[in-house]
Amino acid sequence: MEKIENIKKVENIDRLKIVVVGHVDHGKSTVIGRLLYDTHSLPQGTIDKVKRIAKETGKPFEYAYLLDAFEEEQKQGITIDTTQIQFQTEQREYVIIDAPGHKEFLKNMISGAANAEAAFLIIDAKEGVQEQSKRHAYILSLIGIKKVYVVLNKMDLVEYSKEVYDSVKKDMGEFLNTLNIKPIDYIPISAYYGENILEKSDKLDWFYGHSVIEAMDCIEKEKGLDKKPLRFPIQDVYKFDDRRIIAGRIEAGTLQVGDEITIYPEGKKTTVKTIEYWADRDKTEIVSAGQSVGITVSDEFFNKRGEVIALEDSKPLVSNSFRASIFWMGKNNLVKNKKYKIKLATREIEGELEEIIKVIDASNLDSSEQVQKITLNDVAEVVITTKEPVAFDQFSQSQVTGRFVIVDGYDVAGGGIITQAEEEKENKELVTFYKGALKARGDVFEEFYYNVEQFTVDKTEVSSNTYTVGDAIPIKGESYKYPKDFDILALRDQVAIQVRDGKINDMIPIQKYQYEGRPLINGRGFAIKVSSKEELKHFLKEYQSLDERREVAFLNKWMRFDTYRFVVFHNNYWVI
Amino acid sequence: MDHLDTLEAESIYILREAYKKLGKLGMLWSIGKDSTVLLWLAKKAFFGYCPFPFIHVDTTYKIPEMIAYRDKVAKELNLDLIVHTNREAIDAGMGPAQGRLVCCKALKTEALQQVVKKYEFDGLIVGVRRDEEGSRSKERVFSERNKNDEWDYSNQPPELWDQFKTDFPKGNHIRVHPLLHWNEVDIWEYILRENIPIIDLYFARDGKRYRSLGCAPCTGQIESNATSVEDIIEELKHTTVSERAGRAQDQEDSYAMQKLRKDGYM
Repeated sequence: MEKIENIKKVENIDRLKIVVVGHVDHGKSTVIGRLLYDTHSLPQGTIDKVKRIAKETGKPFEYAYLLDAFEEEQKQGITIDTTQIQFQTEQREYVIIDAPGHKEFLKNMISGAANAEAAFLIIDAKEGVQEQSKRHAYILSLIGIKKVYVVLNKMDLVEYSKEVYDSVKKDMGEFLNTLNIKPIDYIPISAYYGENILEKSDKLDWFYGHSVIEAMDCIEKEKGLDKKPLRFPIQDVYKFDDRRIIAGRIEAGTLQVGDEITIYPEGKKTTVKTIEYWADRDKTEIVSAGQSVGITVSDEFFNKRGEVIALEDSKPLVSNSFRASIFWMGKNNLVKNKKYKIKLATREIEGELEEIIKVIDASNLDSSEQVQKITLNDVAEVVITTKEPVAFDQFSQSQVTGRFVIVDGYDVAGGGIITQAEEEKENKELVTFYKGALKARGDVFEEFYYNVEQFTVDKTEVSSNTYTVGDAIPIKGESYKYPKDFDILALRDQVAIQVRDGKINDMIPIQKYQYEGRPLINGRGFAIKVSSKEELKHFLKEYQSLDERREVAFLNKWMRFDTYRFVVFHNNYWVI
Repeated sequence: MDHLDTLEAESIYILREAYKKLGKLGMLWSIGKDSTVLLWLAKKAFFGYCPFPFIHVDTTYKIPEMIAYRDKVAKELNLDLIVHTNREAIDAGMGPAQGRLVCCKALKTEALQQVVKKYEFDGLIVGVRRDEEGSRSKERVFSERNKNDEWDYSNQPPELWDQFKTDFPKGNHIRVHPLLHWNEVDIWEYILRENIPIIDLYFARDGKRYRSLGCAPCTGQIESNATSVEDIIEELKHTTVSERAGRAQDQEDSYAMQKLRKDGYM
């Protein structure tokens, strides 16, 4: 490699986020501690405190203590959780993310790495490439971090030998090649002695590349996100006054007053009326990627969190099924036939593992097919299906709308990136009423059981029947009994279904529905407590401006479970 | 976008997530620079509205100017302000003479527990920053506390891609940290840029100023001639003294903050 004399000055005012990863004890925290110390980025108080702790515990001063703040971390000499710390070179400011190297703290490593724009992968020159070196490299490739430097630490332990450097470089290079990672360079250093950190080291005179700091200053920040296709996921809708403000962060592209926008997955079209602001300095008619904004639009649709605003000529994909590469951090396995919460940008939706294509051992890239479950620290290729269609992108096209997390119970247990959309799966679980183009989903024929084995109330979802005008519907089930004449208000789809003498008589849009004194139920079979035209108007108005935060209060106010439904005992757990 | 634009956008995103996903929400307001910035960001996030109450945990030992300033701002901005004191402890004679950490625990941690319980908060917005001290540097943006307010810091759940922890058992609550990524200089640069009014205890008088505000007996001043926000920024860019060096409770024990915060301290 040719000696590089001048470092190109990087023009960027914003901070660059770099994660430091690698196998346990290869010296990640020490590298960072040394960087901070050598660049005088730490207040005296912090250094004094670490010196005091070293004295108290009778251990030598460790640069790692500057980051490993927990008592447990310092006493055991390990990093448990990730942290971020800022420092600056003469060129610009950085956020350095420290990530733990123990396999058992992989979830914390991922939490740290997921925020980064570039990575330093630390390898102990003496120990060479180890299991977590490979696993961390794999995770970096999976979450889309392409700017990677491999740093060979502890060169002092191998007498600054070029032969050792070449051999580790070859090993790691072969592995990274298979992951399609092309490191910018391999930098030999000794973090403990400060060799090749700030300035080039005499002990490493055979190495013509950059020191760590020089290398950092060469990394360019990703640019041009504002020129990409618009992606504006709706975070919330506010009605604090007479403005109806759609709030959220522009994740890609640019948005202007007057733009014709389309709201996915449904594809509703409207125009941007205003861009709202509070402080005068924020007044603008154009906003772009990275900004948290609020807009109003010309049409009063029922917009909600999770929809994605885009421009029609560069729209997102829409489906209820996609293929993804995932990593699993959950104590419980990821399995089929179990419902999980999927969080994709601002959308939250019930989803299931449809298919496991293969599970990969990230430390040697062995893959196994015909696997039934995905266990802690596995990476895998899978197909996920969601209960309803969602708007998303391939991760390679748009990062924020192309990645998701999986919540199991109370915690995020997995994450993934979408590699392609799958053909929309027919959703058999929802009974559909239709008349021409009018369609309504509904769960009015579900059964509610008290499960005497589990002491829980469960419900079944009755499958695959569709009904149209003239069809008789099952008005009596094991755990429900509807009258012969009643009306269903399918609120989600804004359709009213009239049932007369146990048959579907007609279906009309809800706006045209007139209350005529017949019993009313919603799309889940709960009685709606409405008994006059006035009340119906009031109810629909409240639903239109319903804030998810107040959904339970709304349901308690307007719906009644036990008018037509009840719960029956059941012992065939497997049927449920 | 420069670094302040990025920090602002991220903080607003976090505030909006908290408002959307956490049922009963409140914002801790300590009168200091960080919570003043937080209040400003809330106004931006919600277009001039503050759709949740503000909470001040009053230890009765605060620097008197802080209380006067609190009442003035609350009135001017028409804030829904909850002021709470651990009366029982005060009546029983609790104070720094009983030991600094014992006092912090009773008048701050326990007082906070009482507020959370009384108002059944699901979420508390707190203005802590990573660069303040070690245990805060390890925090998540959405950080769960159990029903005894304890922080299980050695087993925090994953937090990635701005997908925060919004699922938790009833009775637990989430500490929301919108300023986690800001540093002390960012706070002052933002105050300067946005022209945010700030309590004048931060400005030097007779060669001394407060760098961090707290209870009068436990908060020291620093030597300084900084009389404007610009001066403060210039001073901080060259100081080697840490921000909380004047906060006596931090110096009691090497892991004082970790221990206090494990039990629910902010």
